[in-house]
Amino acid sequence: MNWKTFLALLARDAHVARRNFIPLLLQTFLQPMMFVFIFGRVMVRSGYMPNAYKSLLLPGIMAISMIFTGVWAVAMPLIGEFQFTHEIEDRLLAPIENDWLAIEKVFFGAAQAVVAGLAVIPAAWLLLRPVELNLQSPLTFAGVTVLVAFLSACGGLALGCSISQTQIGLMFSMVLTPMIFFGCAYYPWSALANFPILQKVVLINPLVYASEGLRGTLVPQFPHLPVIAVLLALLVFDSLLLALGLRQFRRKAVT
Amino acid sequence: MLAGIRTHELRKVFTSPPPLAAGGGFGPRRKPKTDKNGSPGKGAPTREIVALNGLSLEVLPGEIFGLLGPNGAGKSTTVGILTTRVRPTNGQAWIGDYDVWAQQVEVKRLIGVVAQRPNLDFSLTAREILLFHGAYFGLDSRARAARASALLDRFKLTDRADQMVRGFSGGMMQRLSIARAMMHDPQVLFLDEPSAGLDPQTRLLLWEIIREYNQGGKTILLTTHNMEEADALCQRLAIIDHGQNIALGTPAELKASVPGGFLLRVRFSKHSTELIERLKTLGGVREVRLIEPEPGDDESSVDVYADRGGSLVSEIANLAAANGVELTDVHISEPSLENLFLHHTGRSLRD
Repeated sequence: MNWKTFLALLARDAHVARRNFIPLLLQTFLQPMMFVFIFGRVMVRSGYMPNAYKSLLLPGIMAISMIFTGVWAVAMPLIGEFQFTHEIEDRLLAPIENDWLAIEKVFFGAAQAVVAGLAVIPAAWLLLRPVELNLQSPLTFAGVTVLVAFLSACGGLALGCSISQTQIGLMFSMVLTPMIFFGCAYYPWSALANFPILQKVVLINPLVYASEGLRGTLVPQFPHLPVIAVLLALLVFDSLLLALGLRQFRRKAVT
Repeated sequence: MLAGIRTHELRKVFTSPPPLAAGGGFGPRRKPKTDKNGSPGKGAPTREIVALNGLSLEVLPGEIFGLLGPNGAGKSTTVGILTTRVRPTNGQAWIGDYDVWAQQVEVKRLIGVVAQRPNLDFSLTAREILLFHGAYFGLDSRARAARASALLDRFKLTDRADQMVRGFSGGMMQRLSIARAMMHDPQVLFLDEPSAGLDPQTRLLLWEIIREYNQGGKTILLTTHNMEEADALCQRLAIIDHGQNIALGTPAELKASVPGGFLLRVRFSKHSTELIERLKTLGGVREVRLIEPEPGDDESSVDVYADRGGSLVSEIANLAAANGVELTDVHISEPSLENLFLHHTGRSLRD
C-alpha cells in the first residue's frame, strides 16, 4: 500500500467531482426534493397524509439519496471507463496494487454519499418544517450513516464491474427501483405486518436496513428495527458487496 | 538503475476474444465449462485463441527493441503481459529483476506505457493529465509542474495545455499519451504502435523524441507493423507471428538473412515446372518459390529471391518466352524487413 498514490487517486476524483459540481448537485437532490415536496408538503397540507408523516419520511429520503449518490458515483464511471473510454488504464498502471484503486473508488463514493445524506437533512427540513427530529445518540447516527455510505459505494463497485454499458437502463429498472420501493424508505418496516411474506422477503434488501437505521437514530419515536440488528446487517452487507465488488474489479482490471 | 526485459516461454490462451490492445477488450467473460479431466466439457461454447505460444525474448537495458508482426501476431498481448494488464497462461516475464506477475507494484514503478488505443482521462485537461500522473508516481508538486510544462512544450501541446482533451485530434491525443508515459521518467518505455495515425511530420518528431529518451539509458520496447519505423528506430528486432518469435537480430542482420536481399514477385500466364527449374539457374538467383495458386487462378505466381533486381527482369522474360509462357507481372522489392517477413511466413505483413 502506497499512501502517496492512494491520496493522489483520491485527489483526482475530488478534482473531477468539483468540476462537475452543478450537474452532480442536480442529480443528487432534484428527485428527493421533489418527492419531499409532493409527499411531505402537498399531500400533508391537503390532508391526505397525517402531519407525522413528514418526520417519518425524512430518514427514508436521506437513505435513498445516499444510496443513489454512492452507487452512481462509483458505478457509472467504472462502467464507462472499463468498457468504453479506457480512462482507468492510466490509474491501473499507477504504482499501487489494483485492489487499492477499487478501494479508493469506494472511499470516494462513500464520502460523496455522506455529503449527500447530511445535505438532505437541512434541505428537507426547510421544505417540511416543522419536523420532529429526535437525535439521541449522535455516535450511533454517525455509525449508521458511515455504514450506509459504504453500503452504497460497495454496491456501486459490485454493480459497476458487473454490468455492461447497454445494461445501465436495466440496472435502474431491475435493481435500484425495486430496491427503493421495497426498501422501507417511504414507510416503516412494521407497516408491512399485514403482508407477512413480503415483510420477510424485503429483509434481503439492504436499503431496508439503511432506512430503518436512520429512522431508528433520527426519529426513534416511530417503530423501527432494533438499531443493533441494523448495524450488524449493514456490516454484513458492506463486507459481502465489497468482496463481490473486488472480485469483479479484478476480473475487469486484468485480462 | 538500468532495466531490461526478459520473457521465458510466455503463453497466453484467451477463452474469449483477445484484447484489441494492451489490457483492453473488456466485456462479459464466460469461463469455459470443463469436465473432470479439465478439458472442455461437451456443449461448452469455447473458442480458445492462442495469442502467445511460448515466446522467449530478451531486451537489453538501454536498447530500443522492436516487435514486428502483422495484426494478431501477439504483439499487444506481449505488451499487456509485460505491463501487468494481461495474466499469462504459462511462462514468466521480468522487468529488470522483478517478476512482472509477482511484483506488480515494483514493475509498475519502472515502466511507462502507451497503449494502442487512446486512454486519456477525459475528465481532465492536458496539463492536469500529466500533473495527476506525476502525482500517482509520487512526484512533488514543483517537480510535477516543471516536468509537465517541459513535456507539453516538447510535444508541441503548450497552446492547448489547459483545454479538456475530449476535443483533441487523434494525433494530439497520441502525443499526449506518450508525454504522459514519460512523465515519471520510467526506465522502460512501452509503445504499442506509437505512430499509428500520426502525420509524417509528427512521426519524425516522435522518432526524434524516442531516440533522445533512449540516449538517457532508457529501454524502449515498441511494437509496429511499419517496416520503415522498425528499420529507422530499432537497434534489434524480433519478428513474431502466431505468438512465436520467428526471427531476431539487428535490422541489418535480419535483412541480410533473406537470400539475396532482393525479392521479385513475378506472375506467368500459366504454370510451368520446367520454367521454375530454369529460373533457379539464372545468375544471382538464390531461391525460387512457387506460390500456391488461388482456386480458379490459371496464372502462376513465383517469388524469386536474388542478389540483384531490375537486371533480372529481361532474363526472366526471355526465359519465360523460350518456355512458351508469358510474363504478366513483376514487382521488385529491395532488401527490406517486409521481404524478410514474407520469406519467413509466406505472408505479407499487411495481410
